[in-house]
Amino acid sequence: MIELDHVCKTFTGSDGQVDALKDVCLSVDDGDIYGIIGMSGAGKSTLVRTINLLEKPTSGTVRVDGVDMLSLSPAQLREKRREITMIFQSFNLLMQRTCLKNVCFPLELAGMKPSQAKKKALELLDTVGLKDKAGAYPAQLSGGQQQRVAIARALATDPKVLLCDEATSALDPGTTHSILELIREINAKLGITVIVITHQMSVVESICRHVAILDQGSVAEAGEVSEVFSNPKSHAARSLVFPEGDVDDLFRDGGPNEHLIRVVFDGSQATSEPLIAHMAVEKGIEASIAYASMREISGKTYGSVLLGIAGTEETVTEAISYLTQKENVTAREVKPYVQ
Amino acid sequence: MFSELFSSEAWAEALPVIRGQFLLATWETLYVTILSTFFAVLIGLPLGIILVTGDEKGIHPLPKWLMKTLNVIINLLRSIPFLILMILVFPLTRVIIGTTVGTTATIVPLVIAAFPFIARLAETSLREVNPNSIEMAQSLGAGTMQIIAKVMIPESVPLLISNATTAITTILGYTAMSGIIGGGGLGKIAINYGYYRYRYVIMFAAVILLVILVQIFQSVGNKLALLSDKRLKA
Repeated sequence: MIELDHVCKTFTGSDGQVDALKDVCLSVDDGDIYGIIGMSGAGKSTLVRTINLLEKPTSGTVRVDGVDMLSLSPAQLREKRREITMIFQSFNLLMQRTCLKNVCFPLELAGMKPSQAKKKALELLDTVGLKDKAGAYPAQLSGGQQQRVAIARALATDPKVLLCDEATSALDPGTTHSILELIREINAKLGITVIVITHQMSVVESICRHVAILDQGSVAEAGEVSEVFSNPKSHAARSLVFPEGDVDDLFRDGGPNEHLIRVVFDGSQATSEPLIAHMAVEKGIEASIAYASMREISGKTYGSVLLGIAGTEETVTEAISYLTQKENVTAREVKPYVQ
Repeated sequence: MFSELFSSEAWAEALPVIRGQFLLATWETLYVTILSTFFAVLIGLPLGIILVTGDEKGIHPLPKWLMKTLNVIINLLRSIPFLILMILVFPLTRVIIGTTVGTTATIVPLVIAAFPFIARLAETSLREVNPNSIEMAQSLGAGTMQIIAKVMIPESVPLLISNATTAITTILGYTAMSGIIGGGGLGKIAINYGYYRYRYVIMFAAVILLVILVQIFQSVGNKLALLSDKRLKA
């Protein structure tokens, strides 16, 4: 369990003070995959670094498994950090060490015998599918492979928490997908709590169970991914969910009887079937597509569609129940934002 | 001065000196250069590490006054001309070596002249280490000494080697100057046998030998730096 309580962080620079984090309260359950999403400059990286105290909060408390991180002595903190490891956007492998030696690095720090460390590192490289690259140097690997080595390194000390700081932002979509799969697998197999920092909705949608939306240093909204993304309340959440403009604009265009439904496809086999056309034929409900962002990964559809439906509340309820008959499809009405 | 280079008489006169003295002089130059570099690195490298880690934004900030004093001392030593420095440290040389003349005695002023220079070179090399790598090590629970020994130094080895090459060639140049105050080596031959006695052939021969030594050090250094860099093996 990770608990952040009223965490504030203020940086004092040459051009005055910057409040990077403002009164952030978050709690992450053991074994969860928790996303923290926000625009660049929202304070995501600072926030994730307060968990292992790479950034010391100006005020507030950070607890990991009930231990107040700020009360630890420097030596205790170093010990504790082995339980909360991290992967980075730029992988941060040591370029003058082989992959094997990179994975051995945290074990060396912990004082493990070299022969034992090597054995463990080889097992971990096997886990991430790069056993054959043990003797290669990072410069000889692709970005995705480097991140796999970094993941192996992060797992070396048997951590309870894995912090992912924009871990897939430097990777192409295909590699991103495979790295996210690996993280999901690790979470499922080892029960490690994962915290994912990202600016990409798709990353959160594909692996996270809970999400917090960070906006200018404060948590704008937090909760279950499906709940937050289908019913975004805050302005920050809305601009992430509707990147093409705020939903309120859509209401203005559509008139008073227009309702909006957000349909999320989470790995459903929907592409072979014209779901919306069938709805029109079978139920007589006509829908216009206000916004759509879909991707197909190995035959399954991921993404979301925003449908505009003219009619009464009953029509909307009927449409939602029709759409959600399909497996892995969720639909929810999106209400206009009232200030 | 240059016309002598083409006179066979001058060469005939110079050859016995070249044959009799040059081997020992070259050995003396190498001995002084290598020992001085060794001791200068011994003092300069830790200082360079402190300059980086003790910085306000370093991994182990030290009191500001201490860092300021350190910087002032290094700059001060670096700004004194080597010839003057040699004379200024005579008392110290006498304490350490027992005399102020001779080949071994020049090691003291050489080390004092070179260590601040090496400290600065080490500082610039270590500052080049990717701060993300250091953060990574911290996130895995590395302490200050572990970061220095396992991240900062190993990651900057190629740059440290090429900067050490610069240092050793500079020190080689300084050893030649120490001939003036009674140091041995090729510098002494060039000044005592060549310049003072107007036998310019000997002077030029000694200088050419120094140039060759610098070339050898530089090429070996470049090669080692290149070989040690694993980033280029892609």
